[in-house]
Amino acid sequence: MGFDIFGFDPLSVLIFAPMLAALLVALLPANKWLARVVALGASLLIGVLAVVVFFNYQQNAAEVDYLYAVSVNVPWFEVLGASWHLGIDGVSAAMILLTGILTPLAILVSWEVEERPNMHLALLLFFEAGCMGVFAAMDLMIFFLFYELTLVPMYFLINQWGGPNRHYASTKFMIYSIGGTLGMLLATQLIGFSVGSFDIAQITTVWPTFAADQSAFLGISVGTVKALAFAGFFVAFCIKVPVWPFHTWLPDAHGEAPTAGSMLLAGVMLKLGAYGFIRLVVPFFPDVWISNMPLFGVNVATFFAFLSMLGIVLGAFAALGQNDIKRLVAYSSVNHMGFVGIGIAVMALLYGQAWQAQQSGGLSAAAVQNAIIATNGAVMQMFNHGLSSAAMFLLAGAIYHKTHTRDLREYGGFWVKAPIYGAIFIFTSMASLGLPGLNGFVSEFMVVRGGFPVFPLIMMISMIGLLFTGSYILKGIRAVLHGPFNLHWKDYDLEIDRRELVAVAPLMALMLITGLVPNWILSVINGSVTRIFMNGM
Amino acid sequence: MIDFTDPNILPWLVPVGPLLAFLIITLATNRAQMQPSGDLVYGGFHPPYNNMPVPVVTSWSRILSITVGLSGVVMALLVSWNLVFQAIGIGESKFGKEVFTSAIAWMAAGTQPLNVGVLVDPLTVPLLFMVPLAVLCIFIYSIGYMAHDPRQSRFFALISLFAGAMLTLVVSDNLLFLFVGWEVMGLCSYLLIGFWYEKDSAYKAAIKAFTTTRIADVIMLLGIVYLYAETGTLNFREIMYNPEVLAAVSQTPAIVFGSLGISAAGLIGVFLIVGTIGKSAQFPLHVWLPDAMEGPTPVSAMIHAAAMVSAGIYAILRMYPLFVGLEGPFAADPHHGIFNTPLLLMALVGAFTALFASTMAVAQNDVKAVLAYSTISQLGFMMAALGIGAYIAAAFHLITHAFFKALLFMASGSVIHAMEHGEHHVHEHHGDGHGDGHGADDHGDGHDHGDGHGHGHDHGHAAPAAPRFDPQDMRNMGGLDKKIPVTYWTFLAGGMALAGFPLITAGFWSKDEILADAWLGTSEGFGPHALVFFMLAIAAFMTAFYTMRQIGLTFKGTPRTAEAEHAGLGGPTSIISQTMQLPLLILAVFALLAGFVGVPPEFPILGSIFSPNGNPFFDFVKYSVLQVEGIQPVKPPFSWIPVLTSFGVALGGIYVGYRLYWVKPLQAGEEDPMIKTLGPALYTTLQKRYYLDDLYRLAFVQPSQWLAHQVNVFVDKGLIDSTLHAIGRFFTWLGDLLKVLNTWLIDGVGDGIPRGIYQFGGWLRGVQTGRVQQYLLVVLVMAVVIGIIFALASGAVVAG
Repeated sequence: MGFDIFGFDPLSVLIFAPMLAALLVALLPANKWLARVVALGASLLIGVLAVVVFFNYQQNAAEVDYLYAVSVNVPWFEVLGASWHLGIDGVSAAMILLTGILTPLAILVSWEVEERPNMHLALLLFFEAGCMGVFAAMDLMIFFLFYELTLVPMYFLINQWGGPNRHYASTKFMIYSIGGTLGMLLATQLIGFSVGSFDIAQITTVWPTFAADQSAFLGISVGTVKALAFAGFFVAFCIKVPVWPFHTWLPDAHGEAPTAGSMLLAGVMLKLGAYGFIRLVVPFFPDVWISNMPLFGVNVATFFAFLSMLGIVLGAFAALGQNDIKRLVAYSSVNHMGFVGIGIAVMALLYGQAWQAQQSGGLSAAAVQNAIIATNGAVMQMFNHGLSSAAMFLLAGAIYHKTHTRDLREYGGFWVKAPIYGAIFIFTSMASLGLPGLNGFVSEFMVVRGGFPVFPLIMMISMIGLLFTGSYILKGIRAVLHGPFNLHWKDYDLEIDRRELVAVAPLMALMLITGLVPNWILSVINGSVTRIFMNGM
Repeated sequence: MIDFTDPNILPWLVPVGPLLAFLIITLATNRAQMQPSGDLVYGGFHPPYNNMPVPVVTSWSRILSITVGLSGVVMALLVSWNLVFQAIGIGESKFGKEVFTSAIAWMAAGTQPLNVGVLVDPLTVPLLFMVPLAVLCIFIYSIGYMAHDPRQSRFFALISLFAGAMLTLVVSDNLLFLFVGWEVMGLCSYLLIGFWYEKDSAYKAAIKAFTTTRIADVIMLLGIVYLYAETGTLNFREIMYNPEVLAAVSQTPAIVFGSLGISAAGLIGVFLIVGTIGKSAQFPLHVWLPDAMEGPTPVSAMIHAAAMVSAGIYAILRMYPLFVGLEGPFAADPHHGIFNTPLLLMALVGAFTALFASTMAVAQNDVKAVLAYSTISQLGFMMAALGIGAYIAAAFHLITHAFFKALLFMASGSVIHAMEHGEHHVHEHHGDGHGDGHGADDHGDGHDHGDGHGHGHDHGHAAPAAPRFDPQDMRNMGGLDKKIPVTYWTFLAGGMALAGFPLITAGFWSKDEILADAWLGTSEGFGPHALVFFMLAIAAFMTAFYTMRQIGLTFKGTPRTAEAEHAGLGGPTSIISQTMQLPLLILAVFALLAGFVGVPPEFPILGSIFSPNGNPFFDFVKYSVLQVEGIQPVKPPFSWIPVLTSFGVALGGIYVGYRLYWVKPLQAGEEDPMIKTLGPALYTTLQKRYYLDDLYRLAFVQPSQWLAHQVNVFVDKGLIDSTLHAIGRFFTWLGDLLKVLNTWLIDGVGDGIPRGIYQFGGWLRGVQTGRVQQYLLVVLVMAVVIGIIFALASGAVVAG
């Protein structure tokens, strides 16, 4: 990075500033307005820095050839071979931007929390620090550290400020997530020990061919070692994305989490898993992805695409069957993240094939094009889902906050009392539905474009999911806005608050801009993704 | 600086006016004030809100929004017509090789970005003429039609977006932005069909329309991505006007079903045609269109004529060379009797739909329903024409149909308005006679307009709920030709155009051209042509008949109800009457005269008057496609057989309708002669739309809901979560067991440290309420087990 903040590199600031802000907010006297203003101000400053970092990378990306722009690299925990190594490329820049944008909005929405607001806001900031760390890490150890760190604030947010069933939801969330990452910890140690470094770039070049000339490593066959390491990462990230059938923690966690928690959980946290796939699992294990699974008769990447397809289709059906507005939106995440999954599967398959075909001149230009578009699509879908799901949870929270019920059957005809809310709800729903002209379509189009030539049948079946995406979105609109007005709410003020309006407006603007001119962010992502496939191939 | 005087840049401005109007109305001029809903103002189409304050648009907002909306459309009209005249100025044959186009990089994709831009070519020109004109008429009409609606500003915002989307679709130079316009129109139709969203029937119709078209759209999306994957571009010119690309796509076997003898182009074609089947309401996805009448009438005109359904046919016209293909075993040449999958699909679906929908139209009693089925049927004509290679005839019929169908819908809206006026009158003046003349209101066609429709008028009536008066039911009308003469005469003009009344209506010329094309193939012995010819001829007969039935029932004879007796538009000086009738007059001119741009030159007398230098429409539009054998349109030589057929079916249908419904107009309380002619069973089947809606509900809707329920209850909560819980319980039990062992064995030894740890753990557990530790253990073991399974499955192969 070409600039610093008071002598510190900007990425370190992006990680430590939220932490310090969290500490400050937690220690402030218990005055809710003071806490709210300080938390919002701090997160806004951090958001501005994230925007600056993104556009700084965008301006200079061509100079570094869309490779990593390294911000800092100093030894840290040298005994283990880890180092404080931070940097970003197009993919992580987009994610940092997303985190930087969503956190202040979530904090603004959580002004509605009256109970222990200091702690609540501090946890949100603390969560932001963890996410920034994951996206900026270029060292596997740092990555793992921050990846685990994000769990803690989210657990307490759900457990302390959640809905009626919060204990079950938070415990399930915590155990499931930690359980998933245990294998990842082992795999991280194994790889670090084998390669002698936790540097992600170094592992990317060394690990795929590691011990290829030996039949055994540590007394176990090399294939098994790699498969075990793969499984460690794979399961951890599958749970986080979530890939079907590891998704059942999600509706519970989302349903019970407070509004701001849901916004960040769906908007940012799920992306950690998908980011892990793109950044670690695909480049580390090209050989495993294209290896056949005798149990299923297909290779791992295809199997992953199949699971993602199930997520798309069954997620859509499950969402259609909900009568709880937050669970409906939660299942829409399963449905949408399925497209990220398919994009990643295409990337993994073709990256693996390209890696294998390295000696024989690489893949055909058309195949590389498919891979690049699908990967672009996956990253764009992460960004777009971050915007639209955060906005959807904001709107679901807004109506819950006013009616204190999440049951769709108790709503009805709200549009007449809340015309502005209704218009925003329809706009956001349409973005979520993937209406062309808004953001969701761009990424879905790219994933389908990249995926169809590679997995034609899986893609065709996924279209059923896309159809039922429409059905559950319309069900949501119908239940909340349409139909005869439920006169029970006659004397309630259902219109959106000004504060909520301010929070949702930037998201709507971004949805529209991204839908109409996707290149403002896509050009950077595309540059780095193209690099991934062209580098050393 | 962007130079908008350059005709290559100017098309970018075509959709800008209406889109800006949408933004301005939505963000600035749509302002309402809260009023108690008991007010009559919030009556009409909205239910009673129990005196709850409801938003009613303010007068200044109404006026400002109308002004903004109209300005947007006028801007679109001026820009479009400027382009039209520039294109005509360049002249036929030259315009086509050169076109107005410009593009920008839109989506980064590796090293080759996807470009999007605008294109005006000979096919775009007639649409750029028709669409803004029809839309402007609809806008003017809406001023009067929606004058009392409390959400008129929102209405203008939405129809502006609708118009903007349609114009985007028309000027787009690529399939992606065509799809953007296509889907945004889908959204607008959803919001406008459900505009009176309190009504049960309205939001259901809206959801039905959106969902049904979405079935087609997701399949169309596959077609788009497949085309993009095969050609590396979505630009129409780069694909359709490029023999190498066309030949390459039509020779590659398809990625799936390739073994069934279908090319990549064929599969793409089928996917895209399915998209049109949804959007243009062809069988079996036509079910949404009749319900779409739930929207305000200007919306019906927008959907049925100017925009949405035309878009489907337009998309096929755009992609037509791809469907036909070039070279290789999969390419077709319909003019020589060679067909392929996409063409046959279009011919069959189109011909069947044309006939099928026309049979349903004869049994409808709702004035708009008849028109809805006629739209489906007429779109079938175009689809069938495309299937047999009658490219120009389809484009021609698209344009003429848009004019007369927009006219018919707005005229029927005017009839409905007049009937509502009459209803109002009746209620005000002789409220006691409420039940009289309502005997014919037991229409069983599934359209219950009763829910919350017009209850605002009902104040003061404590009478038992009589069947509500339906101002759309033709059995309640009769004799309206005296009450609303302008509407009558314009309706007659539109109706005759629809019926294909020979020589003096536009519909005759375009329908005749389709039949001429079909006859050409039939005479050479090509099966699909013959099928299309005969089915369309019968459908044309039915069309003429049901149009006469509709006009007879609505306008002829004497009023059958008190409401019809008092029907009217508020006198010739009222602004409502003027804004609603002016568009009718404009469109009536086009419904009658638009056909003269496409008269075959060999046609006796008229040919030498209107087409001395060849058929102007044909010779202009044909240069939109590549001039190679197989793809380029073929002008059928003049033949008396199709012309006489057109005369025969049109006049025959008109005569039968005349005998049944004009000579002896239906009397009050009398039964529709159709019931006796067809027999009650067939009549009911037709009225119930062949029970297709019920079939779909049983076969698709209910299973989906069942599946959605099962995925939740059985899969997620049952299979997955109960497995998780079972594992959790097992390890909790194991943890308890270990704890007991721990207490007995280790603590038994007497070490204080374990006890301390245990106590700490107990404290921790108290804090965390859940049994986190045991669960953690569970998960650790589970992760290892999963890892081992995975390793065995995949690792063995890598190693071996």
